Amino acid sequence: MVDVSVESQSEGQLDTVQMLVNMGPQHPSTHGVFRMVLMVDGERIVDVEPHIGYLHRGSEKLCEGEIYAQIVTLFDRLDYISNLNNEMAFCRAVEKLMSLEVPERAEYVRVILCELNRVASHLLFFGTFGIDAGAMTPIMYAFRDREKIQSMFEAVTGARMMHNYIRIGGVKNDVPDDFRQRMTALIGELRQGIDEADRLLSFGEIFLARSKGIGVIAPERAIAYGASGPTLRASGVPMDVRKDAPYSIYDRFDFGIPIGEKGDSWDRFYVRVEEMRQSLSIIEQALRDMPEGPTITPTRLVLRPPQGEVYVRGENPRGEIGVYLVSNGADRPYRVKVRPPSFCNLMAIRELLLNTYVADAVVILGSLDIVLGEVDR
Amino acid sequence: MVERHRPGHTTPQAAVALDEKGQALERLLPDVLARFNPELGAAVDLVTATVNPSDVAEACLTLRDSPECRFDYLTCLCVVDYEEHLQVVYHLYSTTHKHMMVLKANVSPEQAVVPTVTSVWVGADWFERESHDLFGVTFDGHPNLAPLLLYEGFEGYPGRRNFEMPEYAEW
Repeated sequence: MVDVSVESQSEGQLDTVQMLVNMGPQHPSTHGVFRMVLMVDGERIVDVEPHIGYLHRGSEKLCEGEIYAQIVTLFDRLDYISNLNNEMAFCRAVEKLMSLEVPERAEYVRVILCELNRVASHLLFFGTFGIDAGAMTPIMYAFRDREKIQSMFEAVTGARMMHNYIRIGGVKNDVPDDFRQRMTALIGELRQGIDEADRLLSFGEIFLARSKGIGVIAPERAIAYGASGPTLRASGVPMDVRKDAPYSIYDRFDFGIPIGEKGDSWDRFYVRVEEMRQSLSIIEQALRDMPEGPTITPTRLVLRPPQGEVYVRGENPRGEIGVYLVSNGADRPYRVKVRPPSFCNLMAIRELLLNTYVADAVVILGSLDIVLGEVDR
Repeated sequence: MVERHRPGHTTPQAAVALDEKGQALERLLPDVLARFNPELGAAVDLVTATVNPSDVAEACLTLRDSPECRFDYLTCLCVVDYEEHLQVVYHLYSTTHKHMMVLKANVSPEQAVVPTVTSVWVGADWFERESHDLFGVTFDGHPNLAPLLLYEGFEGYPGRRNFEMPEYAEW
């Protein structure tokens, strides 16, 4: 199991024995079915063996047997907290391969909903991270606001989760007539809610003591691990696909990339809080500029993209998602590979946990904000 | 469909359009990778370079350390099964120059061995374990190629095209 022999060390007069502690796969703090085997020396972690794969459904292989329009639903189920971002990544891959133009209005609707999804995802993180650090109240505030977003999604897409709304060439249907008014009201409520939740948790003394300086990762190590998103930005690397290689219409908006200073758990937490505010600002700008017009470029139901391969990158709430799509000209893809952000972020867990205390393991794991649906695929 | 098997019908190819960074890389790579004798190409908007499987680790190290390239970020590592050969595909990104390229190596399905790149980027660790799991590619020198996504004792390589999916049966 763990490749470390149990040895007793002589410390003064007392003998200490290293011990194995198993966390998961069914453990509330592992945010899904993730298992860690910790080797502890007293309270200190000396080795970690992460185990994933409990949720492996073979999504990539399943994609090879479905037509392109059906695959959007499989992407919904990868990172099930940020469905729309996933759908968008896949649709962009097919559109790029086919050189398919997306109508302006559809791009705006996509960006608005994806950014709203980012806020929803970070709100979930905000609540669960509070719980991980021992604060039970923040999740009530976070879910109060997240619920409003889910209702908004339901009004636009027809589903609270697993929307299947972003389609190849655009979006499924136009937004409701009162979309702009409802969104403006929602943004106001979210701003207020986020500020309220922020005041409640972020600078509390106990919370700071639990998360400041815990689980530090240096920028060069984070890059070597392929970490991305808030996990990487917390270490001070301003890497964001929306800025580095602007896709869709992200080059038209004015927004900042919050970065952390030390790369500890608190930075990873607070980068996300700031990101929510930036996302709301993007939504406001997009609502202001959203043109009228069609929302989808009509395509055939059964698409046959040209032969070739394409790789697209997108900025998900958890980091950089990549979709590698190989087509041989048939109605089904030849190969689909997803580069899941959580998968790469989680790889750094061993390094983050070494020489920390068992009590901090939960906080550090929580600060990575993993979704096992995309780690295991 | 019948239409596709009509005599004289050819499958259309995806349009290739490299941006400025891609074109710069296209000019640069023959020099940087000269001693690996790469086969250069392009896929939609990315430069691709195919090298011998035995050269992968050294080519990666060269690409990471050469000052013009600085591919310090392994974005994605995957295997594509083209039946007559397996293709190991590395998507590399540079956080300083913000350019991207694809490195490829073809291996035979029976002798699927490439050197590991975990010493170049630690982040290759799980990607390689996953590829070993699903495609049976052995990454020579990898510190721990234990099953990652599949359980211990799983038979076969489910990622490969010839893997027979178990059918649902009435019982």
